[in-house]
Amino acid sequence: MTIKDLTRRGSLQIVDVAKIIRNGSLYVAQARIRNMWQWKFSIVGEAFATPMFYLLSIGIGIGKIVNSHQKVGVDGVKYLTFLAPALLAATCIQGAVGEATHPVLEGFKWQKGFFAMNATPITGKQIANGVLLAAMARTAFGCVVYFSALYAFGAVHGLHALWLIPETLLAATAFAVLMMGVCAAIKNDDLFLNMVQRFLIMPLFLFSGTFYSLSSMPKFLQVIGWVSPLWHATELGRWISYGHHISHGALVFHFTYFVVLAVVGFKVAHHHFTKRLAK
Amino acid sequence: MSASDTPTGAREPLIVARGLRKEYGDFTAVDGIDFQVNRGDSFGFLGPNGAGKSTTMRIIAATLTRTAGEITILGKDPEVRGPEIRAHLGVVPQQDNLDNSLTVEDNLYVYGRYFGLSKTFIRGKIEELLAFAQLEEKRGVKVEALSGGMKRRLTIARALVSEPEILMLDEPTTGLDPQARHILWDRLFRLKEQGVTLLITTHYMDEAEQLCDRLMVMDKGRIMAEDSPANLIKTYSTKEVLEVRFGSDRNAQYADQLRSMCDRIEVLPDRVLMYSDDCETLLHEIVGKGMQPTTSLVRRSSLEDVFLRLTGRSLVE
Repeated sequence: MTIKDLTRRGSLQIVDVAKIIRNGSLYVAQARIRNMWQWKFSIVGEAFATPMFYLLSIGIGIGKIVNSHQKVGVDGVKYLTFLAPALLAATCIQGAVGEATHPVLEGFKWQKGFFAMNATPITGKQIANGVLLAAMARTAFGCVVYFSALYAFGAVHGLHALWLIPETLLAATAFAVLMMGVCAAIKNDDLFLNMVQRFLIMPLFLFSGTFYSLSSMPKFLQVIGWVSPLWHATELGRWISYGHHISHGALVFHFTYFVVLAVVGFKVAHHHFTKRLAK
Repeated sequence: MSASDTPTGAREPLIVARGLRKEYGDFTAVDGIDFQVNRGDSFGFLGPNGAGKSTTMRIIAATLTRTAGEITILGKDPEVRGPEIRAHLGVVPQQDNLDNSLTVEDNLYVYGRYFGLSKTFIRGKIEELLAFAQLEEKRGVKVEALSGGMKRRLTIARALVSEPEILMLDEPTTGLDPQARHILWDRLFRLKEQGVTLLITTHYMDEAEQLCDRLMVMDKGRIMAEDSPANLIKTYSTKEVLEVRFGSDRNAQYADQLRSMCDRIEVLPDRVLMYSDDCETLLHEIVGKGMQPTTSLVRRSSLEDVFLRLTGRSLVE
């Protein structure tokens, strides 16, 4: 059998470095999405099933009990309305963290795919940005589906409620990028994701004023809420959704919190991605 | 004058290293080495595990920073212009790092995109590369289902998607069966004929002899010698080698007597190597003196002998 030689013009002719420096993060994100695409049915299924389960069980089930005991519901609105922004934020933040951390361990340790990417002109910074971009694309899809379900269940009202989507995505991006950066620094990863899930994500979900107002908890437990991205996202979300009272100062503080979290997160992620690839 | 020549007629230097050094804490992996690789060279780093070959390769690949010294690849400093250098390298790492969850075809496609190549170009290139790597029938198969040899060929095909100026192969055939190795050597030889600059690390002397026209023998981070395989053998060894075994106790016992009969001997745990330009005569003399080896073998000198001479150690330990 004869083997044909490869045609060849050479990389000096065919590779445009400036283009890669410009678009590298997008190439990484495309590759990630191509990878996710294999799981498209379960991704879509999960996006639809999650809000259904929560809304049916907690929102409507528990909501019925809460509403029957308190004539005005919670925070002056129906329990489901009170709950909706928190559920949206919790789901999106959890999803984003998962999608931004799992590929990091896979890329650095399990399959070492990041080292293969870095053998091309792609930089550590671009890999981090690309992984995050793909994670946020998936999160955005989930967020829109969840929001639609909230709308259909009457848990959010009016066009202004659409602002919940960018607000939730800002919160999810800020926390996900920080966790991605931390994850890139982790050497012993076997327990790491489990620990994050059990001792970080889960407590945040329970102690961030998700199911009841943070102020109804003892002070020492409120501290968890103050540092929790979920609490900040929920406060902002309730303000957007039904006009939950927040002072101007608090409003600025919540936004600043996310911007700082994101800036620090990107710095940490870029630093650790670059450092780990060069080891 | 060919396109690769400089105006003075000398071939264009693609990689130039002076005093290159890499330390990890107290450990010196690369100990101030100098070398130069020119366009069209097939340049090999030969040495045992831990000699500093892979570290040197990673510094060249612009993915590892050096501790000291100077190095330029295509005239650029890898620490300042990494992406610009990597744009023209094809890297085959020691361990395959293909995307196991993607198909053969998609692995090539995704990698081509990292070089910013257009979809149309990559699609065409994939057909060529699948034929070159003899993986046409596996195009739709996920990588995890491939054999070791197929994965290796795919990793090489992947490194070629961007038509690199320099193809870097770190231990390309380690862990492959003889047939798979020969298929790979054939492919690499074709690339060499096309003028692709090859950079190969290996601890297999037959691989180095097959593929490299220049070799740098490394040990403990240092360069022990550098020349063509034939010249290395000529300089550091005799034409022939006689391998004799007397049984493990007696090898050392006869050593002094054997040493006086030829240029040089090496006493290994299981055999004695005797270096001479006429080993048949030497063997007769040995038998004539009443020493009866249990086995004997006359062979041509190889790079293994060069390595043994230079470092006092065997390549594969």
